[in-house]
Amino acid sequence: MSNMTVSISPHIKDNTSTTKIMRDVLIALVPALIASFLVFGARALLITAVCVAFAVAGEWGFEKIVKKPSTIGDLSAVVTGVLLAYNLPVGIPLWQAAFGSLVAIVVVKGLFGGLGQNFANPAITARIILLIAFSSTMTTWVIPGATDAVSSATPLAILKGMEGGGTLPTITNMLLGVRGGCLGETSAIALLLGGAYLLIRRVISWHTPVAFIGTVFLFTFLLKGDVNYSVYEMLSGGLIIGAFFMATDYSTTPSTDWGRVIFGLGCGLITVLIRVWGNYPEGVSFSILLMNILTPYISKATRKKPLGGVKI
Amino acid sequence: MKLGGETVYRKTLHGVRVPHRKNTAGDKPEKMPIPAFVTIPMSMHIGAAAKPIVNVGDEVKVGQLIAEAGGFVSSPVYSGVSGKVKKLDDMLMSGGQFVPAITIETDGLQTMSESIEPPKVESLQEFLDAVRASGVVGLGGAGFPTAVKLTVKDLSAIEAVIINGAECEPYITSDTRTMLDDKQLVWEGIELLKKYMQVKRIIIGIEDNKPECISTYKKLCVSGGGVEVKALPAMYPQGGEKVLIFHTIGRIVPEGKLPLDVGAIVINCTTLAAVAKYIKTGIPLVEKCITVDGSAVKNPKNVIAPIGTPIKDVFDFCGGFKSEPKKVLYGGPMMGLAVPNLDAPILKNTNAILAFNEKDAVIPAETACIKCGRCVSHCPLNLAPTDIETAFKLKKPEDLDVLKVNLCMECGCCAYVCPANRPLVQINKLAKAMLRDYQNAQKAATEMLKKKEEAKKEEKK
Ligand code: SF4
Ligand code: SF4
Repeated sequence: MSNMTVSISPHIKDNTSTTKIMRDVLIALVPALIASFLVFGARALLITAVCVAFAVAGEWGFEKIVKKPSTIGDLSAVVTGVLLAYNLPVGIPLWQAAFGSLVAIVVVKGLFGGLGQNFANPAITARIILLIAFSSTMTTWVIPGATDAVSSATPLAILKGMEGGGTLPTITNMLLGVRGGCLGETSAIALLLGGAYLLIRRVISWHTPVAFIGTVFLFTFLLKGDVNYSVYEMLSGGLIIGAFFMATDYSTTPSTDWGRVIFGLGCGLITVLIRVWGNYPEGVSFSILLMNILTPYISKATRKKPLGGVKI
Repeated sequence: MKLGGETVYRKTLHGVRVPHRKNTAGDKPEKMPIPAFVTIPMSMHIGAAAKPIVNVGDEVKVGQLIAEAGGFVSSPVYSGVSGKVKKLDDMLMSGGQFVPAITIETDGLQTMSESIEPPKVESLQEFLDAVRASGVVGLGGAGFPTAVKLTVKDLSAIEAVIINGAECEPYITSDTRTMLDDKQLVWEGIELLKKYMQVKRIIIGIEDNKPECISTYKKLCVSGGGVEVKALPAMYPQGGEKVLIFHTIGRIVPEGKLPLDVGAIVINCTTLAAVAKYIKTGIPLVEKCITVDGSAVKNPKNVIAPIGTPIKDVFDFCGGFKSEPKKVLYGGPMMGLAVPNLDAPILKNTNAILAFNEKDAVIPAETACIKCGRCVSHCPLNLAPTDIETAFKLKKPEDLDVLKVNLCMECGCCAYVCPANRPLVQINKLAKAMLRDYQNAQKAATEMLKKKEEAKKEEKK
């Protein structure tokens, strides 16, 4: 009878696991995948597949080289791949997408110690690097529905008056995602569906998305005093995908409720600042990356006070 | 002035919804046959070990004193069987320490000791003496000598006594059975507290998954009687002392203070019944009602067994095992202690023994912390286990001090919800030790400094 397990309590566990959480995130990303297929065609699926394949292979290879146990089973690399793909224009050359995936997984995640240790969101950082390295392909947008790749302006660029003469899509098209933009970011409805799923499954909390999107809405309203304009701002660019899927990433955002509110607030402010006054039409990625850097401080400042703890 | 006045803006503390699995709640406990021998350790409580007063070869009877309390914070030990003392030696407890133990070979006659008679209780002092003599310790699991808990300098400091009937651990139903089968004793205990300790307010806290217990005691409460029943949501760790105090009287016990500092005394319902039984009949604490359950047990049930009975005998009485037991626990699955073998005896504070099969014995392998914050948002005391783990790994005791790891009650909520299966309770235990060492070293250093300065002053003179 000496082969009995002697371990420290607790001896039972609820049924969550990292893999299950990542699986939920993937499920939440499915509606956007369908939307991007309908809006941008099969190439949207191809780019997603390439990103995922290189993200998973990159993680596997990296862990082989540094002799760490493989973690591809936790599905987090798949999530990163999908998120990066959703942040790319549909016309991007495949090798650039693959390169972006490797940067995200190996440089931003792996070299910082792997899942949970990285301070910056891998997909976002990779996207920004691609944007700087390949700015022309990264900003060539395709008119949905057009048979050939015709470059078009995104609603944000039109809002900003960067490309004179463009007409804004209707609100309905904004909701459905029939507009220029990255392949997974355009359909607000699909993304909100996924966001709702994550909220119901308690994978994410409402604090960041509400603070982030709310701040963008209010701030733009204060600037222009036009509800219509603010609604467009809300539905444009990568705000919704950013607020629900990127600004809620566990390791790179605060883990307290108040911290999440502050994070969302900061993201919202920086997004609007960049959108209105910056050189780029879109500011969601930059805002999240900047707030990622502040995350450890926000977490520390908003840490709950231990009950009954005496200050030292 | 309210003692321990800390404002908290929340009504309830965090916790987790654990499965209840109160399979045995409806089973009246069965008395098991007397085992061939019992092994009674001298340390079944917090404090100094009891001192044996019997020798090898001595005849003992049921209810006979076999070991005296070893100090103020200690408790006497009685025999629950009649027979002959076989051995007096050290035994290895599942906590890892060696403790003297008395082994008695039983004669199966269960002859009662002549010394058994109800103690004379007419004053507070006599009441406390009786509690001390009863051998009763915190039976909810803590094992703190009850007499010490009830020894209060200033009775007016007690604003409320909280009877703990929460029983929030999965599987365990022995408190439930005591509350139902021995309700007379529980109630007599309440009367004793009112009479001798002048308690004005008594709150019986029961989790709402035990409606029968709640209604039983609600019926007993009369208006103006000073006793009330508080139905608590079935949310683990509702029965934790600090949690129960907060959910009944809304106070937080500050760091380094006792419940009494916020006007509360918490006493487990079975503990109270055992005290009342001794004062009524003179029979000290010699047997326990225990829940026997778990996936490896053939016929789970509640059993009454003499203290010192090897748990193997208890499992045998429950039909043995239906599959090989791979993990056996003293207590519930959230805070219970795993025992290395089946020779371990039933202790005073054992309220359940659980045996699990292979499938339930293993916790899935740990993976990297994903910083999800679940451990933080479920900790009843608002601690941050993931940060504690980081500070511990970086060997930063000063951070552990800020993170207040010393407050951790090891309830296990954090580890229960962790998707990465981090062994957070284990880490907290180690981190506590690291913090203690650090604080002791600091204390020693400041004292050294003081002495040096004093020496210097002396020199100058
Ligand atoms: S619950 Fe586990 S994975 Fe989540 S933050 Fe806490 S330790 Fe890390
Ligand atoms: S840190 Fe301690 S008190 Fe908090 S949940 Fe974990 S074990 Fe319980």
